[in-house]
Amino acid sequence: MSEVKYSTIELMACVAARILEDRKSVFVGTGLPMIAAMLAQRTHAPNLLIVFEAGGIGPQIPVLPISVGDSRTFYKAVSASSMHDVMMLAQTGWLDYGFLGAAQIDMYGNINTTVIGPWEKPKVRLPGSGGANDVGSLCNRTIILMRQDARRFVERVNYITTPGYLTGPGAREKAGLPEGTGPYRVITQLGVYEFDEETKRMKLLSVHPGVTIDDIRANSQFEIIIPEEVSTTKPPTKEELKILHEIDPTGIVLRK
Amino acid sequence: MEILDEGEGELLAWYDPDEHRKWIAQKPRDLRDKRMTIKEAVSKFVHDGDYIAMGGFGHIRVSMAAIYEIIRQKKRNLTMAGKTAVHDSDILIASGCVNKIEVAYAFGHELRGLSPASRRTVETGKCKVVAEWSNAAFQWRFLAAAMGLPFIPTRVLLGTDTFKKSSAKIVKDPFSGKPICLVPACFPDVVFMHVHRCDIYGNAQIDGIIVEDFELARAAKRLIITTEEIIDHEKIREEPWKTVIPYFLVDAVVEIPYGAHPCNMPYLYYFDEEHIGEWLRLSRTEEGVQEYLDKYVYGVETFEEYLELVGGIKKLNYLKRLEKLREKLYAPWIGGNSK
Repeated sequence: MSEVKYSTIELMACVAARILEDRKSVFVGTGLPMIAAMLAQRTHAPNLLIVFEAGGIGPQIPVLPISVGDSRTFYKAVSASSMHDVMMLAQTGWLDYGFLGAAQIDMYGNINTTVIGPWEKPKVRLPGSGGANDVGSLCNRTIILMRQDARRFVERVNYITTPGYLTGPGAREKAGLPEGTGPYRVITQLGVYEFDEETKRMKLLSVHPGVTIDDIRANSQFEIIIPEEVSTTKPPTKEELKILHEIDPTGIVLRK
Repeated sequence: MEILDEGEGELLAWYDPDEHRKWIAQKPRDLRDKRMTIKEAVSKFVHDGDYIAMGGFGHIRVSMAAIYEIIRQKKRNLTMAGKTAVHDSDILIASGCVNKIEVAYAFGHELRGLSPASRRTVETGKCKVVAEWSNAAFQWRFLAAAMGLPFIPTRVLLGTDTFKKSSAKIVKDPFSGKPICLVPACFPDVVFMHVHRCDIYGNAQIDGIIVEDFELARAAKRLIITTEEIIDHEKIREEPWKTVIPYFLVDAVVEIPYGAHPCNMPYLYYFDEEHIGEWLRLSRTEEGVQEYLDKYVYGVETFEEYLELVGGIKKLNYLKRLEKLREKLYAPWIGGNSK
């Protein structure tokens, strides 16, 4: 075990960054995804193509942007384009990874960011899809970053804003969504999850240091598939932490 | 085409493309000096009950001078295109101008957290969400309108409640045989866009990302351009490839430097986080909303007065340095309001 001290937010950023492969493309949203993509680009994936929904394509992001459309998202970019352009790229299959956040998720990776309680009379009104439905529909592999507890990992989401595997194997294709797309990983403060090949249900991939399988189970309403061998997430390195704080020097995201 | 499913959201701002052609038929084609004040533009082109959309994205390149003037003139019963509508919709809803919204993204300020004021109005039923969309779906509605088509096919929304609450339809694609989602055209009654520069006729240039303004400008029934500066017509003709919006699409031109404040105007000035933070703090209560509006909207006559009030030349110079990365952003309150 490393002696390096880190927060769960820092750990999540590192895990997300490590998933992104060099020479691939990623559709990036506000907050933690931006940090993860920037960290990946400054470590193992210098040739990562970063794309923002408002039109920023291939920027050299200087500091953490506050919005997915602010001027930092097309700083020294190869193209300052349009949403139509970026969404066309997503729909034609150019975007390998996409990041999403979620207020609620179910075992098939269906996501709610629209409403808590009934849609007609919301208990809490959330911002809605934004680009999430587009990312979840069109990117090849979707990575979800969220907090995990039994109110968020739910049996049924109040409202499907963004499609996961819908009702199970084959359901996305049957609905008309592009073949071979769907949720790839879920990263929470407790662990990392993948989706089972056969059932398309969420399956534990690794637990973060200090987290037990019981913690994982206790913080989900639905049954998470637990394989016989579960690895432990590799903690952030000193180098990763240093870069993270260069990206977000005032802790806009990392401080949360 | 076989209809497989239909969304139950309210279909708004849709016309038969032939109807829209009649609208286009009576629009002038000649070069006219369209300069006027924001007061005149809002009074002339915004009517109670209109369907309104704003150019830009979130807090980027939004015509805030227009938003404040709409509030000042107490326009009512507007329906808003919640196409990544953030500060604009939050403050328009909070002020009572907008009572219906179609939502791709609203009620949030990205990293800054949720919008207390507009969420409150939706949760208490004062403002009604009439349809849901995704960002791509909404802007493709403008593309369909800009193309003079009744709809455009897409591969988003499929399989979700976002589709169910939209006014889209899913049909069997006659080519592939697979289900495909048709999003209806959206022709807003009135659109405001803030640009870097234009001439007196409305030929407009935008620096940086265009977001969906190319499509939205061509979908709008009435288009008002607010601009950082007015330039000579000859300058436009010297570099015509820079014209994103040609003059004939434009109904009014209003010169308002810093007209996007507190939003980000790419290459010119960055977000005024102090001011956005003040709004988010005050708008936690109805009294706070009133206090904000009394001070920054009703309490000022001109946009220059407003700029003085938010910090004047000192603040504007700071925002310029921030934009050019010559200053570090210090805004420790960002995220504190987050969910």
